[in-house]
Amino acid sequence: MSMYKIGVIGDRDSVLGFRALGVSVFPVADAESAKRTLRDIVKEGFACIFLTEALAANMGEELERFSREPLPAILLIPNNAGSLGIAMRKMKAAVERAVGADILFQEEVGKQL
Amino acid sequence: MEVRVSPTRMQLLRTRKRLAVAVRGHKLLKDKRDELMKKFLALVRRNKELREEVEEKLGKAFKSFLMARAVMPPEVIEEAIMYPKRVLEFDATSVNILSVKVPKFSWAEKGEAQESEIYPYGPAATASELDFAIGSLAEVLPKMIELAEVEKSVELLSAEIEKTRRRVNALEYVLIPQLEETARYITMKLDEMERGNLTRLMKVKEIVRERGA
Repeated sequence: MSMYKIGVIGDRDSVLGFRALGVSVFPVADAESAKRTLRDIVKEGFACIFLTEALAANMGEELERFSREPLPAILLIPNNAGSLGIAMRKMKAAVERAVGADILFQEEVGKQL
Repeated sequence: MEVRVSPTRMQLLRTRKRLAVAVRGHKLLKDKRDELMKKFLALVRRNKELREEVEEKLGKAFKSFLMARAVMPPEVIEEAIMYPKRVLEFDATSVNILSVKVPKFSWAEKGEAQESEIYPYGPAATASELDFAIGSLAEVLPKMIELAEVEKSVELLSAEIEKTRRRVNALEYVLIPQLEETARYITMKLDEMERGNLTRLMKVKEIVRERGA
C-alpha cells in the first residue's frame, strides 16, 4: 500500500462518477467546506487532488499556500457546468512570471474573455 | 558610482578575485536559466495540449453523467457506484529538474475485475448512459493525473526561473559593474601615486645636481 492517495473535491453531481474508478470522492457544497476538506485530506496524504474550478474561484489564498510545495498537486478541473478558464489563466500567469511576457496564450485567452 | 575602498595593491587583488568569481557565477546562472527555460517551455506546451484534451473529454463525461441522472433515480446511481471494483493504487515520487523538485505520479489499477470490466454494477438496473459516463471518466483519468503532474512542474519551474533571472540580473547589472568600477578606481589611483612618486624623484635629483654643481 502506498502512502499517497488521490482524491476529488467538487460538487456532488460533478464528481460522483469518479468513485466508480476507485478514486476517493469528497462532495462539498461551498468553498468554505471545500477549504476545510482540502486541509484535512492534505494531512491524510493525498498527493494528487482534483478540485472543480467553481469552488477554486473562491479559495484563492488557500490554494496559494500549496503552490510552492512539490506536493500536493492540486489540479483544477471544470465541473459539469463547463470550464471557467481559471486554470488556463493560472497557467498564463506562470508563463508571464517566468518569461516576462505572454508568449503562448494570447489568442486563446483573448477569445475566452 | 562612489567607491569606498582604500586604493592599495592588496585591495586591488581582492577585488579582481571577487570579480572573477562573480563573472563565473553569472555565466553558470545564465546557463541554468536558459536550460530551465527550455524545459519550462516544453512543459507549458504539453500542459496546454493536455489541458485542452482533459477539458473536452471531461465535458463529455459530465454530459453523459447528466443524462444518466435524468433517466435513473439518484439512489440507484449512488448504489451502483458505491462499491468500486477497482482500487486505484497511487504513488508519488519526486524528480529533480535542475535542483527543482517536481512530483512524479505513478498509478495502477488493482481489483478483482478484468481490464475491460470497469463497471462496478450489473447492466440490469442501470442505464447505458451511466456506462458511457464511467467509461469516458476512466479514459480521461490518466490524462488528468499527468496534467496534474505537468501543471505542478510548470508552477514550480516558473518560480525557480524567476528567482534565477533575478540573480542573473543582479550580478550582471549591479555587482559586476560595481566591482569593475572599483578595480578601475584602484588602478588609476595607484598609477597616479606612481607618477607622483616619479616626478618627486626627478625633482629631488635635479635639486641634488644643482647643489653639487
